[in-house]
Amino acid sequence: MIELQNVNIRAGQFSLTGISFRVEPNEYAVLMGPTGQGKTTILEAICGLRNVIGGKVLIYDQDVTKFQPGDRGIGYVPQDLALFPTMTVQQNLEFALKLRKWSPADIVKRVEELSGELSIRHLLKRTIKALSGGESQRVALGRALSFRPSVLLLDEPFSALDEVTRAEMHGLLRTVTSTSGVTTLHITHSTQEAEALANRRLVLLGGTLSESVAESTAKKVP
Amino acid sequence: MAAEEVLEQNGWRQAVTGRQEDINAAGGVRTSQTPFEGPTQSASPSRQRSDVPFFLLMGGLSASFIMLIVLLLAADFMFTSFADFRDALLKPEIQAAFRLTLISCTVAAVLSVWVGTPLGYLLSRYKFPGRWVIDTLVDIPIVLPPLVLGLSLLILFHLNLGEWQLEKWLRDGVGFPVTYRWPAVILAQFSVSCAFAVRTMRVTFDQISPRTEDVARTLGCTRAQAFLLVSLPQAWKGIIAAGTISWARALGEFGPILVFAGATRMRTEVLSTSVFLELSIGNLDAAVAVSLLMVAMAVVVLLILRVLGTGLSS
Repeated sequence: MIELQNVNIRAGQFSLTGISFRVEPNEYAVLMGPTGQGKTTILEAICGLRNVIGGKVLIYDQDVTKFQPGDRGIGYVPQDLALFPTMTVQQNLEFALKLRKWSPADIVKRVEELSGELSIRHLLKRTIKALSGGESQRVALGRALSFRPSVLLLDEPFSALDEVTRAEMHGLLRTVTSTSGVTTLHITHSTQEAEALANRRLVLLGGTLSESVAESTAKKVP
Repeated sequence: MAAEEVLEQNGWRQAVTGRQEDINAAGGVRTSQTPFEGPTQSASPSRQRSDVPFFLLMGGLSASFIMLIVLLLAADFMFTSFADFRDALLKPEIQAAFRLTLISCTVAAVLSVWVGTPLGYLLSRYKFPGRWVIDTLVDIPIVLPPLVLGLSLLILFHLNLGEWQLEKWLRDGVGFPVTYRWPAVILAQFSVSCAFAVRTMRVTFDQISPRTEDVARTLGCTRAQAFLLVSLPQAWKGIIAAGTISWARALGEFGPILVFAGATRMRTEVLSTSVFLELSIGNLDAAVAVSLLMVAMAVVVLLILRVLGTGLSS
């Protein structure tokens, strides 16, 4: 569960005030709205990369507003993916698990499981540079899900993919998120993507966040 | 994608199609004005122009500098003979100077990287009040006349603050005198070479996206872990480059060493001092031989840097 209570964020010249919303456990919500409205800023505030100057961020009813990003237990896939270039795919997947001091046996098991789910087992020994766009997305998703976070944040991860790969990724996301029961908040521009994935839509427009369950509201968004 | 790139694409599209387009989907920059108007077709198609004068001018000016360096080296080689070179290198003073140079430059380079990495990182990643002051301070050893730097070091160690003096305290209290001894050589080299290490490391970290660190932090890293596990491994080429530059800079250090460490044969003599000492007693052959030795050392260092540099840019 993700909840924002009257959150104020300032990022340079740009600011957002009074942002409140709630994503229920196991829900898949999309955050839509034109570019430059601050969707990414909201995501960064939730995972702790941007300071919140007012209000509260709650993850499963725990107030994490003052928590360090690493203590929040949130899986985050940024738009640029930011895979670790000096590591192999396997090392990227193991990264969060080693930080959490998992036993080597558990790490092997988890990587096996993840790479199977995401169909990247054949890529494990590859370096990041040698991956295609779709493969990189899978690895970034795997890295974010590796430590079994309760919350997953996706920032337009598929904007650079071609139609076919994107459809594939939608299917994959549906499976992965429903099996892991993770609460997901996903920024997207694509109404199609929202239709394919979400059971909840949030629209950020002119600094206000509105909830739109109705199809028509979401369609207005370019 | 860079914003300018998007603007340019947008401008191009507008110029071609003549309609305003929102390119939200492409990169998120919206412009309302037309950034440039295409030139009207005035040049006649039969006109042929040559790029030869351009290359002649650019090449000519460039060649003048290249020639200067090549001629300098060639003259050195022609002046000395292999026998002179061997005789000079067999002198115990010069061998001692060679050893001290290798050790002091290496220590100074390691210290420079050790200090330059955190400072370069902080300057690259954080905007803090007074950053420009620190940025300027770091450059001072680079722009300061070398003799002034040496003199400043000497004054720092011998300034009397009441009864207390840094050099006296180091000598009597710690049992580690600095001035006119080998530690002074290293400190003099370090004060300049560290500034270069900071510059190099700063550029290195500027080129490494802070995004990977951000993601590492969401995965459970503290800032320290993100730096050590994610950014530092990406910076290794920059670290070697910074070490090499520092080393080369320390090799060329002369003025501050002369003032702060003196030029005592077998004790504080480094190769640059050897050149000076041999020159001052009129032993031009040995001076040139040592110079060539230093040229060779510098070339090796530059080659390492080159190899790394091509790796960095690719």
